Amino acid sequence: MSKMYKISKERLDELYAAVSAVKSLYLPVRSGENQSEFKKWSDQSDVCLDSLNTVKSAKELFFPQSENLISFKVSGKDIELVEDRDPSEPFVLFGVRACDAKSFSILDSVFLSDPVDTFYKSRRENGTVVTLACRAPEETCFCGTFGIDASDPAGGDVKTWLTDTELYWEAVSEKGEELTKLLTGILSEADADADTKAVDDLKKNTKEILARLPLADLKLDYFSGDRLNEKLNDVFYAPQWQELYKSCLGCGTCTFVCPTCQCYDIRDFDTGHGIKRFRCWDSCMYSDFTKMAHGNPRTSQLERFRQRFMHKLVYYPANNGGEYSCVGCGRCLAKCPVSMNIVKVIKAFGGEKA
Amino acid sequence: MQRINDDVLNKCRDLIENGTCDRVLAWEEGEFCYDVTPAVFTGDTLGKMIYDDFCAANQSKYLIDESHKEGRIAALLKPCDTYSFNQLLKENRIKRENVYVLGVPCDGKIDAEKARGLGIKGILGAEIDGDTVAFETIYGKKTCSKKDVLHEKCLSCKGKKHMIFDELTDPEKEPETAVPENGTSRFDGVSKLENMTAEERFRFWRGELSRCIRCNACRNVCPACSCRQCVFDNPASGVSSKANTNDFEENLYHIIRAFHVAGRCTDCGECTRVCPENIPLHLLNRKFIKDINELYGEYQAGYDTALDAPLTSYTKQDAEPGIVHERGVR
Ligand code: SF4
Ligand code: SF4
Ligand code: SF4
Ligand code: SF4
Repeated sequence: MSKMYKISKERLDELYAAVSAVKSLYLPVRSGENQSEFKKWSDQSDVCLDSLNTVKSAKELFFPQSENLISFKVSGKDIELVEDRDPSEPFVLFGVRACDAKSFSILDSVFLSDPVDTFYKSRRENGTVVTLACRAPEETCFCGTFGIDASDPAGGDVKTWLTDTELYWEAVSEKGEELTKLLTGILSEADADADTKAVDDLKKNTKEILARLPLADLKLDYFSGDRLNEKLNDVFYAPQWQELYKSCLGCGTCTFVCPTCQCYDIRDFDTGHGIKRFRCWDSCMYSDFTKMAHGNPRTSQLERFRQRFMHKLVYYPANNGGEYSCVGCGRCLAKCPVSMNIVKVIKAFGGEKA
Repeated sequence: MQRINDDVLNKCRDLIENGTCDRVLAWEEGEFCYDVTPAVFTGDTLGKMIYDDFCAANQSKYLIDESHKEGRIAALLKPCDTYSFNQLLKENRIKRENVYVLGVPCDGKIDAEKARGLGIKGILGAEIDGDTVAFETIYGKKTCSKKDVLHEKCLSCKGKKHMIFDELTDPEKEPETAVPENGTSRFDGVSKLENMTAEERFRFWRGELSRCIRCNACRNVCPACSCRQCVFDNPASGVSSKANTNDFEENLYHIIRAFHVAGRCTDCGECTRVCPENIPLHLLNRKFIKDINELYGEYQAGYDTALDAPLTSYTKQDAEPGIVHERGVR
């Protein structure tokens, strides 16, 4: 284990300024009434480290809502290809909760498998992730169902814990060590006894709350095991979907706030002076999703609704060694206009206490 | 906490047993107290039906589809929902004979998101006692005034009178006329914006609308947005804007949508309720409503199904286009 550092809570602005001096810093800042989003830090930023879920998840830093891929300039019979890629800047993503941190590995298996998505890859390489352990989980949190430890987040480069007075800082990767080195003047070494105890107490306290959460008993038994592929048809044709989908408005909010939703559309836009090819988030809940020359393979909202959950609970795990593509962040629970969500789906398939 | 009034439940059971209806549109309980979901119940499942202070969703839009199915559905409609119901009838979107409107009383609906904003986290349950809400949370009991956690739409309630119904579950509670609740005018927010300089107002809307993530919740929940396929969802329309060409396009989308529903928007407040970014979309719609009132005379969409709508009927007194210039920039 590498060395633990700390900085007093009052001096966090100095920490932000020091990071910003070397790399762009993105962290949760207040955005609208009672909401937060990951935004680039400036000394004007209203940083809010006590918000658990930003509206959009941290995935946006690696997989932006929309980005230009390439442009075409047409002159006569010649078509010129222009690379539009923004030269990915090195950046630090601070204040990432355990659930979002876990989502990166789920996105990695999609975007970093052959054929590698070079846009995503360069952002992953350029980003240093600083996680922040949770202290006060919400009733909607169910990261534990996916084996995620909110008190000790994995998947980042630096781990941090925030107590009432201090931020504790521990590098857990090479990238993390490098960042720590740049901050030697700002961070001070933590005390081996007192500070270790403070962090341990915080972890213990969080774990105790996590165990009491209303969704702590949520089990995925129905969707587990190596027989997932065989069970696929049973789930697909299950009568439960007939009822579950009915309230769904097909709005796509759940997919846009979800840290693990990864579908996108690629289109060409005629600017009048040439063509820009862009990609943007798409939603399986939308009627034009995966529209092909012959039309759309999923013509009803039932089919579209089912697709979202089949992907998260069946298709993805069947193809990724049993790992689900949900991290239990609870965003879809808090944000769906009609409160239909993955927990209700899991429970409809018997996901109560084992 | 009891989640449905026995009278309401018994009424629904009667309606099914005596053959008036074959199903009921109401709400189903969720994991916590607030995450209720609109659902359709039959005689066998009626026991799961609820209606309480968390049932905020406007049910009218579901009746477009439900009323085109076989049989007849009983729908629990709150006073505000009946405006949307009327408006949809006027637009020929609902088959009236297939719906039995059961008017339910409403004391204002609670927004869990607002409670979170007050620092009430980890909400498990709630007990409502008059004007006080006592939340049971992971972090202990927390109390607040009900008014502080009411949805925006309830803070500017148009009144507790149902504009249309086949039967009321509590006829004694029904007022003679629709009187706005809670004292404040629903146009106060608009007046505040009107009193800003153009530049201030521009900055205000840029700040609000630029947070939009274009999840489409506002549009899809909106009873006035009932086109089978929205032009913005149609890849062949040339305007299907899944991504923005510049940072103003998103702002413009909302302005266009407000124009599109002007004169038809009943101010049901669903857009603001569902927006994950808490964008006060109702202010745009209310600006249109206020302007229509001022330019064409008082008009409330959904008040009934017969009145001519000011923007789709012509009278000689109608404002001339020049009004835009006269009222223009302050
Ligand atoms: S599940 Fe909810 S958030 Fe998702 S598309 Fe349906 S209504 Fe929208
Ligand atoms: S499905 Fe819902 S809970 Fe799961 S990761 Fe996505 S938003 Fe979070
Ligand atoms: S789901 Fe877990 S990691 Fe995510 S915010 Fe909640 S407690 Fe923290
Ligand atoms: S609900 Fe809010 S975030 Fe979603 S499209 Fe409407 S304004 Fe934008």
